[in-house]
Amino acid sequence: MKKITLLLFLALALIFSSFAQADTKTLRWAAATDSNAPYAFYGPGNKLTGFEYEVIQAVAREMGREPVFVPNDWDGLIPGLGRGLYDCVICGIEITPDKAQEVLFSNPYYVTYEQLVVKKGTPPVTSLDQLEGKNIGTLSQTASFNMLSKTPGVVVKTYDEEVNAYADVANGRLFGVLLDYPIAKYYAFANPNLKFTGPPFGQVTYGIALSKTNSALATEMNAALARVVASGEMRDILSRWGLWTAMVADTFGQPEEPSLPDTEYMAFVAATAEQPTLLNRIIGYARFWPLLLEASLLTIEVSLLGMVGAVLLGFTLAIMRVYGPFPARWLATLYIELIRGTPLLIQLLILFYGLPNIGIKLEPFVAGVLGLALNYAAYEAENYRAGLLAIPKGQMEAARALGMTQRQGLFHVVIPQSFRLVLPPVTNDFISLLKDSSLVSMVTLVDLTGAYKQIATQTFDYFGAGLLVAAFYLLIGLPFVRLARYTEQRLNPAANSHGAKGGRFQFRLGKS
Amino acid sequence: MQSPDSRTRARISTKSVTFPTLFPAKAQHRTALSMDSSTPILSIQDLHKSFDQTPILKGVSFSIEEGDLVSVIGPSGCGKSTMLRCINGLETLDSGVISAVGARISRMPGAKLDADFEKNAHILRQRVGMVFQQFNLFPHRTLLQNTMMAPIIVHGVPREDAEKTGRALLDKVGLGAHAERYPANLSGGQQQRAAIARALAMQPKVMLYDEPTSALDPELVDEVLHVMKALDAEGMTQIVVTHEMRFARDASDYIIYMEGGHIVEISDEDEIFENPKDERTRRFLRRFI
Repeated sequence: MKKITLLLFLALALIFSSFAQADTKTLRWAAATDSNAPYAFYGPGNKLTGFEYEVIQAVAREMGREPVFVPNDWDGLIPGLGRGLYDCVICGIEITPDKAQEVLFSNPYYVTYEQLVVKKGTPPVTSLDQLEGKNIGTLSQTASFNMLSKTPGVVVKTYDEEVNAYADVANGRLFGVLLDYPIAKYYAFANPNLKFTGPPFGQVTYGIALSKTNSALATEMNAALARVVASGEMRDILSRWGLWTAMVADTFGQPEEPSLPDTEYMAFVAATAEQPTLLNRIIGYARFWPLLLEASLLTIEVSLLGMVGAVLLGFTLAIMRVYGPFPARWLATLYIELIRGTPLLIQLLILFYGLPNIGIKLEPFVAGVLGLALNYAAYEAENYRAGLLAIPKGQMEAARALGMTQRQGLFHVVIPQSFRLVLPPVTNDFISLLKDSSLVSMVTLVDLTGAYKQIATQTFDYFGAGLLVAAFYLLIGLPFVRLARYTEQRLNPAANSHGAKGGRFQFRLGKS
Repeated sequence: MQSPDSRTRARISTKSVTFPTLFPAKAQHRTALSMDSSTPILSIQDLHKSFDQTPILKGVSFSIEEGDLVSVIGPSGCGKSTMLRCINGLETLDSGVISAVGARISRMPGAKLDADFEKNAHILRQRVGMVFQQFNLFPHRTLLQNTMMAPIIVHGVPREDAEKTGRALLDKVGLGAHAERYPANLSGGQQQRAAIARALAMQPKVMLYDEPTSALDPELVDEVLHVMKALDAEGMTQIVVTHEMRFARDASDYIIYMEGGHIVEISDEDEIFENPKDERTRRFLRRFI
């Protein structure tokens, strides 16, 4: 039993991991699924756009390769590169000596600086030293974060979403926000409650990140990038996105004025400026239906497969723990305590980003399912153990007295009875697994939570998108609750027959 | 303890077996067998058993012949239930030999448990049926399924055959009409009769009963005892651990009186009630008469 389950998992893992090979004719590029304008982001109609999107398209074209987008979570971008999930990452990654240790950078495709944004009416700030004792917001893992950390006395607050950071400046929680100029331009410049202040702080250079081992591709990419710049295409792209600054022009040695009007920027400002009514907002969500349905399907798939795995493994563990010989019992207990004592998120990250270090690469889907299965198996095992122990000893004795072996007694007498007993807790676990499956969005899967991130970053409506996705989780979970209740009633022996006469020995396990 | 001679007593014919014989043919067969057979169908030699250093059985020996119905009586904690469970291999032995219907389990004093012990106990259990105080029917199965399970699983009996046998046995214990019902919907007496039918489905040569009527309401006791008496009439070898003195007296071929982990007395049922040899037996029986 145990062996079969294990082999099954291994086989699955092998099959899926063999898919991870990259095609030579493509350029597999990654960006964060929840990254925002003007980088590579989901624009109207849920289509990928942004200046980085256009840059990578142009570079790939010059390289003679088909660009293939691989979504990932921001925190997983660099680790994913190491795993060979994709060839390169373009996501506003700053070229720093630290990062150059981990990855290979292309030549810069954009140069910018940190822009301080404060509330309207705040006296000008000319130096970072003036921020002493003030709350300053920024994003984690950014150049401005490093800059602020090195400035004494500044209270640094990190955010996951720049919108939230700027909102906190407007409502007074923060004194200011220090972020890359493109972000400031797109999320604060048009806001009448905020203002830009101070000189450009520092210099930030964006590069395309590649795997350390891929210098041939880097050379190829740099040549392509140079052609995109020389032809003036880069200037066109950056001009349309309103990002052609003097600093960029200087770096590329091209004229300072934009070559084209900033149409993309204006469109973005226009789109975000309008305050939709509740009704319009709901109608607006209609365009996310395909995304939501697809994401729901993925959530259901991952949850169901995860649960099947958890049930099988959990069952094996429970049998090992209750009826196994000493080493098996000990091993099962160790496994259960280890898994229950560590967070699912960490387990998932180890599975997905850690295992490649010892040569095991799992597809995101496999890692997600496996992570949920391995984690919930520990909880299932405890459910089943309780179920097995709740069956009166006399049952096994009667089975053995009838000539059955312990194994036969288990499978024909004890387990069928404990099955119904553990249904309610197992259903509960399935519901919570369904919700915990949201963590698979950390291993690049676009499940319902992944969809939530996408919708929220496009609509800036964290509340509405949150309610919507929560409702989806609820809807998915409900049928399973009903199903479980139905099965529970069906399996109740007393309810099957009519007119209980009240024998002395009642089947005490019945609930209904 | 007891000399082996104690079982070579004359069979008393004053037994009041007035129940109709269910299988007359078998009854005749039994008579023939018991006249021929000289080897006991079940024998126990110097059985020792303790739980957590507390000795429960301190050297028990006896044997019985095919067709005997033996009642085991004695105060609570005297070891009579433990002895029965040992005979069926549900408990391991500390030492001693148990042989029954061709199967044999044994252990030398101080020796490790034989690797074959469980294997032999398993064979033993297939030939010796057991009925428990708490019936222990399988609550998730109907009465018919309860009788069919073990033959199908253990002996690979075809389903149709198992069903035929099961129905016949349920008929025999008067539960033919309840074959499709679940244990929870039956009275204790009915459940215990079904448990007997379930044990019989494995076609055991010896039946063991561990206080089969102790969990029953008084008015339900007789229906169970009736079944056991009917089985006796057919020649089934039966050992009954019981507190039903009337049953022990009326139905048994002879009675084993146990106390403190020893067999104190093995006597004819009339003799033990009317003129117990041992003072301890006398003291115990005084409470019942």
